[in-house]
Amino acid sequence: MQLLDQQLAKIREQLLMMASLVDRNLNAAMRSLVERDDKLAELVEAEDSQIDQMEIAIDEMVVKFMATHGPIAQDCRLMLVSSKISNNLERIADQAVAISRRARELNTQPMLKPLIDIPRMAQVAQEMLRDSLTALADKKPELTLEIKSRDKSVDEINKQIARELTSFMLEDPATITRALNLMLVARCIERIADHAKNIAEEVYFLYRAQDIRHGNGVGEAVAVE
Amino acid sequence: MTHTKMDVSASLTPSAGTHETVYRTLIEVDNVDFYYGQSKALHDINLKIPEKMVTSFIGPSGCGKSTLLRCLNRMNDLIDGTRVGKGEIRIDGVNIYSPDVDVIELRKRVGMVFQKSNPFPKSIYENIIYGLRIQGINNKSLFNEVVEKSLRGAALWDEVKDRLHESALGMSGGQMQRLCIARAIAVNPEIILMDEPCSALDPIATMKIEELIHELKRQFTIVIVTHNMQQAGRCSDFTAFYYIGKLIEFDRTEKIFTNPAQKQTEDYITGRFG
Repeated sequence: MQLLDQQLAKIREQLLMMASLVDRNLNAAMRSLVERDDKLAELVEAEDSQIDQMEIAIDEMVVKFMATHGPIAQDCRLMLVSSKISNNLERIADQAVAISRRARELNTQPMLKPLIDIPRMAQVAQEMLRDSLTALADKKPELTLEIKSRDKSVDEINKQIARELTSFMLEDPATITRALNLMLVARCIERIADHAKNIAEEVYFLYRAQDIRHGNGVGEAVAVE
Repeated sequence: MTHTKMDVSASLTPSAGTHETVYRTLIEVDNVDFYYGQSKALHDINLKIPEKMVTSFIGPSGCGKSTLLRCLNRMNDLIDGTRVGKGEIRIDGVNIYSPDVDVIELRKRVGMVFQKSNPFPKSIYENIIYGLRIQGINNKSLFNEVVEKSLRGAALWDEVKDRLHESALGMSGGQMQRLCIARAIAVNPEIILMDEPCSALDPIATMKIEELIHELKRQFTIVIVTHNMQQAGRCSDFTAFYYIGKLIEFDRTEKIFTNPAQKQTEDYITGRFG
């Protein structure tokens, strides 16, 4: 393998390692909420700085590669996309930390209600993230095509959760703290889905050289080629 | 978009969704084969080079890009055993290989700048007016006018205006190359061919030549051969990629350097072969 390809492979490898850590933290954050496990929540918070450092390391590798190789075409897109994906991953990790903090607060009080919609919403968001990353790793941009529509379904679940929790608060003000914490968790998951969608768009751009953000290009009605 | 032989010329019209500019073709290379003796160096080349644009030729050594460039002003005629096997090269619709074409007149219309700057061992002033002198012109005021205009055109006037009668051989490499460009534009050509004009220059001199190319395209059609991918990306409006004597892809430079249609092109521009 040429030096050029070795360095590109290193950046991809670092990105996928970061993605795997973020996925694990997100999973742990949700388990800390559902299983009411403070130790898992603490673990998520403790490991976040490692993810922050990986984001910095990827940006450094990107800058070095651009300065020394002057990348063109797909190599150039990989540099741009790596930096953006690592930034989105870091923000997903921050949302996982926020979920952990809310979980620790919620764990000090009895459950407001059985958690059904929030884990369902989190599952959709996590699948969006995993599919985006599989598309990146396996060079299969077509896997990203449905992700935008799944983001809409996450938004819908979020609205539904907000309506339900508002009715709890109206009925019994003693539930306000717990309901607000759960609403914040739902909001975090909604943001995670947004980041997963951003990653999907970047992966599509990387392999197809077509910008589909903000309804551009093929937009929401992405045609399968 | 996959480029077949026909697509190469069709791609001169920007793709749908961009401004519908249609470029006027000045040079048309039509089904050209070229031989060095028995060896076929160019295979069935089809290309339409637009007027007042910069077109770069890229490709690994031996791919035929310089050969094609030299075909455009019949410089290859000076090499024994070379011939255009088939096809035509037309400038403004006229086949430049037609027997009634005056090659000297052709080379006045199609100037050339080489890889190694080649000023004559004369003064800066005499270098510029050399082309006029051999045309039999002897008009001092015209000479003065052309010298200033050409040196200004080559972004060299301010640097040499006080030493016009000193030897050109005392200039720096970058200045000599700009002097050669000034000498080429002094005879008012339509087309300037540049064969790796910056390969022997440092980054500052290279930057000056590139800025100059950007200015010159207002007046001239420029075709440049370069091994520097970044230079082709920065300088040219259109890029043609050649490989073992064949034109692989021709398109807008932006397209070639961001999303080339052919894998061979991408592998070459990203440094994976060649």
